[in-house]
Amino acid sequence: MIKRHLVAAALATPALGLLPAGAQVEPIKVGVLHSLSGTMAISETTLRDVMLMLIEEQNRKGGVLGRPLEAVVVDPASDWPLFAELSRELIEGQGVSVVFGCWTSVSRKAVLPVFEELNSILFYPVQYEGQESQRNVFYTGAAPNQQAIPAVDYLMNEEGVERWYLAGTDYVYPRTTNQILERYLLDAGVAPEDIIINYTPFSHSDWQTIVAEIAAFGGTGRKTAVVSTINGDANVPFYNELAAQGISAEDIPVVAFSVGEEELAGIDTGPLVGHLAAWNYFMSIDTPENEEFIATWHEFIGDPNRVTNDPMEAHYIGFNMWVKAVEAAGTTDTDAVIAAMHGVAVPNLTGGLSSMGVNHHITKPVFIGEIQADGQFEVVWETPGLVLGDEWSDHLPESAPLISNWRAPMECGNFNTETNTCGGSQY
Amino acid sequence: MLLRLLVLLAALCAPVLSHAQNLEELIQRLPDGGFGERAQVVTEIGRLGDPRGAYVLETLLEGELHQRNADGLMMRVTGRRGSEQGFDALTAEPLGPVAARTTTPVRVNNALRRTIRTSMGVLTLRHPDPARRAAAAEAAFRTPDAEQLEPLTEALAGETDPAIRRALAQARAVTLLLTDAPLAERLAAVDIIAERRARTVVAALTPYRAAPEPELAEKVAETIAAAERRLAFWGAAQNVWFGLSLGSVLLLAAVGLAITFGVMGVINLAHGELIMLGAYTTFFVQQTIRTHAPELFDWSLLIAAPLAFVVVGAVGVAIERGVVRHLYGRALETLLATWGISLILQQAVRMIFGPTNREVGNPSWMSGSFAFGEMTVTWARFNIVIFSLAVFVGLLLLLRYTRFGLTMRAVTQNRAMAANMGVRTGWVDAMTFGLGAGIAGLAGVALSQIDNVSPNLGQSYIIDSFLVVVFGGAGNLWGTLAAAFSLGVINKFIEPWTGAVLAKIVILIFVILFIQKRPRGLFPQRGRAAEA
Repeated sequence: MIKRHLVAAALATPALGLLPAGAQVEPIKVGVLHSLSGTMAISETTLRDVMLMLIEEQNRKGGVLGRPLEAVVVDPASDWPLFAELSRELIEGQGVSVVFGCWTSVSRKAVLPVFEELNSILFYPVQYEGQESQRNVFYTGAAPNQQAIPAVDYLMNEEGVERWYLAGTDYVYPRTTNQILERYLLDAGVAPEDIIINYTPFSHSDWQTIVAEIAAFGGTGRKTAVVSTINGDANVPFYNELAAQGISAEDIPVVAFSVGEEELAGIDTGPLVGHLAAWNYFMSIDTPENEEFIATWHEFIGDPNRVTNDPMEAHYIGFNMWVKAVEAAGTTDTDAVIAAMHGVAVPNLTGGLSSMGVNHHITKPVFIGEIQADGQFEVVWETPGLVLGDEWSDHLPESAPLISNWRAPMECGNFNTETNTCGGSQY
Repeated sequence: MLLRLLVLLAALCAPVLSHAQNLEELIQRLPDGGFGERAQVVTEIGRLGDPRGAYVLETLLEGELHQRNADGLMMRVTGRRGSEQGFDALTAEPLGPVAARTTTPVRVNNALRRTIRTSMGVLTLRHPDPARRAAAAEAAFRTPDAEQLEPLTEALAGETDPAIRRALAQARAVTLLLTDAPLAERLAAVDIIAERRARTVVAALTPYRAAPEPELAEKVAETIAAAERRLAFWGAAQNVWFGLSLGSVLLLAAVGLAITFGVMGVINLAHGELIMLGAYTTFFVQQTIRTHAPELFDWSLLIAAPLAFVVVGAVGVAIERGVVRHLYGRALETLLATWGISLILQQAVRMIFGPTNREVGNPSWMSGSFAFGEMTVTWARFNIVIFSLAVFVGLLLLLRYTRFGLTMRAVTQNRAMAANMGVRTGWVDAMTFGLGAGIAGLAGVALSQIDNVSPNLGQSYIIDSFLVVVFGGAGNLWGTLAAAFSLGVINKFIEPWTGAVLAKIVILIFVILFIQKRPRGLFPQRGRAAEA
């Protein structure tokens, strides 16, 4: 950690040379709150690396408001309460102006009270279950209408799936997403006996029973698919067991929402070819912006085999939006930046323009990709345009009437359009 | 006369010419349109019967079919990124290296792959390679097409291999059901299909439950019911098998602890990390093999096992000599000290190998599965069960028939008397701890095949290991065996009803209640030495 500070300070020093002589320049501190060890390290370590790269690139351009950026990196070690402790340490102890962090929804839920109490800003880059819109959080990851629903539509329409096995890790994101998906499937006419929902603990490694159940469920002759919200390194034994029991993607495809290029980098992808993932970005998408980003990334990290993935693009978008908002507001003060953020638009890496809505969600394209033998994804379907994140699901009765608008004068994250009241702060 | 001859010749040549033209024409249509249009083209290629079509379809299936941007030529592109080679898609003639982005790949998705396999099946029914013919028969069974009835009947007539004959007969039977052949033939077809594995029987026959002919519908219902009864029986057997394989994992993890805790009375909280070290030894061996001798990969586990035993055993001896020896009789201090060692080991591994998971591959004899009745048994789990039993038997033989085993038992039963008989108790303690650690290393080698190799691997198994040892009775290896397998089987029988999370909770509550009744476990040690 000390080494990182030295690295960041060393990076900031050349930027000081660009400033008028004699100016006292205090760096702007940017917090990075990602697990570098534990079950989520497989996914989150690369996000810390991309943040360091983005900060270095920005310092090369002269920093923000003439001040250099300094990264403050902490390791919450996949321990959810530790996320809350360390975010307090970052904001109060270190004085960061903004934090880029979290992956699992349980870690995000743990830090919400801290960010609200200390009035700081969190950029959350990962796809999640929705049902939330906090004033101090900007959600650059996908809401269910930007990932889960289009994936289910693809399976229903293009693959003709009739039976659905929803497998998830046991915490808030899979539970809420499956609630939404179950309602969506039932409303689409799927019979209740054609849906099975199953939860497993983090790091679960004995998938024999569950895979046998999937095989039995899918063996009736009607097309079956698995919708997987399994998180972390439990994915590896799951796919291995599927392959070992001889279930191929052509028989029972698995569409995963938490498996990207980074998770595939550490495993033998032979048995996974043909399985699907739904994201708003794939490393294999061929645009000049993406090519440049990948080249910069490989140069920064010094390893041409490292991959890029959707949460990295989300940080790229979020970081550029933050820079733009700070420069528009002229200060890093939280309230000013939040006000300036609404409507900010920056280019994304797939050839479009991503803009921040007043509900603190952004517009994103949706891609469905198939896993290839080299660990990359081949896009098999995409939305014709950009989709704005809808945090309050229209498929659940309790959230259908809710909207979020953080622009003055409404300034409410869960305004009920039926009763015309604001629900107020809730985690 | 000559004119008529020429016209006749032209008429004879025309089908051949249009044959070749059709495949080239079809292959040019592949890049156009979406997956649906591509599927139609693929089906037409299959129906053409042109043998070159099989090569084209295989190329497409592998995702290697590309179209050259410059002139639209269809070609096959293979090789690693940066050094791709091109071949003509129809003639397989080599076309030299292919520069990046000069070709566009023809995209394939799962639905299209299924169509390709079906079409390939038709084209490869008469292939000289028996494996290809078997695959073709299997593909024809899974996606029956009424148009395939004739080629299947012809292939069946000419087939000599009995296994492939059976597969072809079943494929023909399921295709027959699609047509409106005479009722007697269709009833016979149902009987032929009934010979297959129960799950595929149910899948193939379910659409015919509501057949218009009452005899057929009744026969189908009967056959499906019989298949489902078989499935229910084998489903229970499969749960027993899953329980045994989980039990074997628990046994491997716990038997090392049974020795240190049971025999020496030492609470070793670093036991999980010793398992983790065994897994990392396997990773290290595989890395070395991958870089220096890739052809030895299938032997990697056989090399890693004795190495892990020695390495982790040495670590165990070091722990005993360095720390545990000074804390004999002080259980709480031992607990704290070994917990500290576990943290040190975790962090050391994190620093040397990094905090993220490491890839440990399965050798070919640990991959895949075989069918046993209606069950699917994976080789990895099967070999681990055999391995754990072998380790257990080896340990029993060691304890019973070797001098070291004798001195170990002597020291356990009565330390003072054993010392008076000339046994070096200090040395025996160190070796016993080392033995327990070495077996933990072996467990790590096995677990690396089915679980993630990360610095936290030990944490997942330490609780379960103690659970097994306490439940089975400290100091008794047979108790450990019984406890491991019974806990495994109980867990796997509960899991289908309650899910994985609740199953674990139920097991814990069960063990807590059991310990209230029998505090010394299933098979406690008896005698004066044990009471002391």
